[in-house]
Amino acid sequence: MTSVLARPHGRHPGGAPRRRLVVVGNGMAGARAVEEILARGGAGQFSITMFGDEPYGNYNRIMLSHVLSGEESDADIFLNALSWYRENSITLHAGVRVDRIDKPTKHVFSNDGRVTPYDTLIIATGSRSHMPPMDGLYTPGGSLKHGIFGFRTIDDTRRMVQHAQQDQHRRAVVIGGGLLGLEAAYGLKSHGIEVEVVHSGGHLMNAQMGPDGGAVLRRSVEALGIGVHTSSRTTAVLGTDKVTGVSLRDRDNIACDMVVVAAGIRPNVDIAVLSGLPVERAIVVDDQLRVQDEDHIYAVGECVQHRGEVYGLVAPLWEQAVVLANHVTGADTSSVYLGSRTATKLKVAGVDVASMGLHGPELETDEHIVFSESGRGVFKSIVVRDNKMVGATLLGDSRKVAYLTQAFDRGLPLPEERIALLFDVGGPGGEAGVAELDDGAQVCNCNGVSKGALVAAVMGGCASVSGAMDATRAGKGCGSCKLLVRQVVEWAADGAVEEDPAASYYVPGIPLDKAALMAAIRAQDLRSVSQVFAALAPGSAEDAKSKMGLASLLKMMLADRYIDERDARFINDRVHANIQRDGTFSVVPQMKGGVTSVQQLRRIADVAEKHNVPLIKLTGGQRIDLLGIPKEDLPQVWADLDMPSGYAYGKSFRTVKTCVGKDFCRYGTGDSTSLGIQIESRFQGIEAPAKLKLAVSGCPRNCAESLVKDVGVVAVEGGRWEVYVGGAAGAHIRKGDLLATVDDPEEVTVLTGRFMQYYRERANWLERTYAFVPRVGIGHLRAVIVEDAEGIAAQLDAAMQASVDSYVDPWSERDDPQTPGQFRTSLPLTVLPQVPVR
Amino acid sequence: MSTDPMGTDPMGAHPASADSASYNLGPVDQIPFGEGRAFGVEGEQVAVFRLRDGSLRAVSAVCPHRGGPLADGTIDRLVVVCPLHQHAFELETGCSTTGAEPLRTYAVQADGEQNIILLSSQRVGNYSA
Repeated sequence: MTSVLARPHGRHPGGAPRRRLVVVGNGMAGARAVEEILARGGAGQFSITMFGDEPYGNYNRIMLSHVLSGEESDADIFLNALSWYRENSITLHAGVRVDRIDKPTKHVFSNDGRVTPYDTLIIATGSRSHMPPMDGLYTPGGSLKHGIFGFRTIDDTRRMVQHAQQDQHRRAVVIGGGLLGLEAAYGLKSHGIEVEVVHSGGHLMNAQMGPDGGAVLRRSVEALGIGVHTSSRTTAVLGTDKVTGVSLRDRDNIACDMVVVAAGIRPNVDIAVLSGLPVERAIVVDDQLRVQDEDHIYAVGECVQHRGEVYGLVAPLWEQAVVLANHVTGADTSSVYLGSRTATKLKVAGVDVASMGLHGPELETDEHIVFSESGRGVFKSIVVRDNKMVGATLLGDSRKVAYLTQAFDRGLPLPEERIALLFDVGGPGGEAGVAELDDGAQVCNCNGVSKGALVAAVMGGCASVSGAMDATRAGKGCGSCKLLVRQVVEWAADGAVEEDPAASYYVPGIPLDKAALMAAIRAQDLRSVSQVFAALAPGSAEDAKSKMGLASLLKMMLADRYIDERDARFINDRVHANIQRDGTFSVVPQMKGGVTSVQQLRRIADVAEKHNVPLIKLTGGQRIDLLGIPKEDLPQVWADLDMPSGYAYGKSFRTVKTCVGKDFCRYGTGDSTSLGIQIESRFQGIEAPAKLKLAVSGCPRNCAESLVKDVGVVAVEGGRWEVYVGGAAGAHIRKGDLLATVDDPEEVTVLTGRFMQYYRERANWLERTYAFVPRVGIGHLRAVIVEDAEGIAAQLDAAMQASVDSYVDPWSERDDPQTPGQFRTSLPLTVLPQVPVR
Repeated sequence: MSTDPMGTDPMGAHPASADSASYNLGPVDQIPFGEGRAFGVEGEQVAVFRLRDGSLRAVSAVCPHRGGPLADGTIDRLVVVCPLHQHAFELETGCSTTGAEPLRTYAVQADGEQNIILLSSQRVGNYSA
């Protein structure tokens, strides 16, 4: 029967028939094993067939928590797209489950009725969520009750997000306070859901740390607004058709609309059991990753039991895949896997957690070094035996993790002063720490990149950080190791670190830093983006990724003299609106200082009604956002609004947020509202290297959040005003630095303008003030801007005045399109992922 | 032959003649230098770009990553950059320089009357696999 079912064998150039390699499982272990096999010339030896239960390519399961929290989109976590399988001539059966292996005839049987012959078989079936026994989990039909979720697959995650986003769903219970449970809780919290974690253990993450660390972690988790119930067992999920709550043993019931079960994982061993392979806690393999007593069947990953250990982490999987590939391809038949020492380093619910070896002392002679600062969520514990480190737990501060992992893995001699294990106390700094690392030490835990691999990439010619990252994929997973990657590359290049040659360029396509670029533009009197490319770019080549930055810079430098080529603008600046994920635009009319009127509100309401605006949203900058406007409707929407642009789309001055100020507020000491309006009126729309968000607060209660703005103004008692610069509260959080305290609102406006002009002239493209201010230093800024130490204040003020004078409301283009088809649709005709209408 | 300058009719342009399968999309002047515009051609959307040297390029109009409107992208002589997530695609080959799936490319030129002529039959295939 084999001859009928088998596909014709491919032949590689040598003429020998290729053997058939079948991989059961298309998760991280299966795909990694195949990658390692391909890296050892496996494509010439094997025709490869992969079966995956899930109907997708291969994705980074570790990142599912980021998808849940919305930090990553589900499309961004795919490791190998379907094209990868095509390019490597791998036959992928996605969404097909293998049910049984027939060992004697060497075939696998899958649930689509297919019978596939193999010469070599790899089992990489991974794990599934463990559903602990309790009442009410399942419907009478045997499926999970509506509202109950595992947290294992991309489909689980998508369904959880969908469920959490339905308005009536407000409360969730997560069963399990381990790593996965806390990630689930944190992710759901970011959707605005009230979350309670029910954990049967005595403290959180008891597999990774002792009770003292668990207590500190609990405080950090509770500080996020997540409820924690330890030593609690869930006995039942309540509700008939859908979830209404859970009942706990010896505690009150908790009402909820959804339940996430994250109570551990269990290896998928059904196929192995059915096929007569040896299974204890998981599929038993030897040091070559061969299934015990089988010549042609290997297994790898979480479905494997090796020397009594079953691993649930990614690092052992990488080590196993290497050994397996060495044997399957014959590249190194002496290669053996001797087990992994599991050191975990991750971010759980926003908290850095690292854990290895023992959680606490076990012998009387064990040393235990502990530091606990629960207020800051920092906990460090290290166990030393016979002058060797045998265990460590680090919470909230992972700076010493690389060194400690190394000390743990290799049994390095330890410093006599044990405190040096916990903190950098003078002495060797970060670079020495990197030098101490062994070549085998893993730097990137997501992609399994060792220090040695990074060093090899540097020796092979990647002398820049980004080059080495591209070559090895280090830092391309969760990104938490980027600092360490940079340190290793800098160390390996031994001072000759080529700073990325392009790192100092203002835009990638012109090899000049900002000062040199501005000087060249002035010297050659260049007035348009195409003139800049012709004069200054290598080979006079245009560069799409440089256009927007150059357009902004030239407009800032030349004001009225700038020759405005529309193609150099980003789409937002071509049509004066912010492009959305579905290709429609958002329209935010100007609302100075967040103050509006009956007339404005009525007009906005009329426009929204007339144009069937799908979403009307209040912005963080105290304006009203009309979302989902097709490009071709923009001119009419602006005409109907008859209000100026609020510039909510550009790398430019955006808005001034204000509090109600002294006229109404009983605490207000300054007229913040009118000062905010005055500042916004003056600086509306000016271009900058990155966006500028401002605020004015009428008293130190800071209701307009002035301390976390690019420029923030606070009225203080005695009619004085404080001006802060370089604050941020987005992806990056930074309290602004006090630039000056002045007596007069006019002076606030002057200093604000002078600071912004200095920033416009000196900051790198897309460098927000929160990076610019610390880079140049607040002392320097005070000297230049307040004290005029360099004698350029008048010049800065004049340049800003020229920009202010050249302001034209861009929405006036509605009656006079600047280019043919400026507002013509570019929307695809096919149905796109739509932003949901609320 | 009919053209659809607004690109809103799903059927869009029809062949100028049945066997040549070339489509007249109307005057080149619809597209400003250095920009792109979208056209509907036989139910498919095609983004046509007019480079600063005056030459034309045509690729499928929908970014394979997340459906972004490529006609709204920024271009240079070689690539178009999608406005949504900055994936870049070579205008000649459709291949992505940032790891996305490739675009379909079409042969396109201006005729003697400065009309855009799209040759559907001579599309450069990227779907050989």
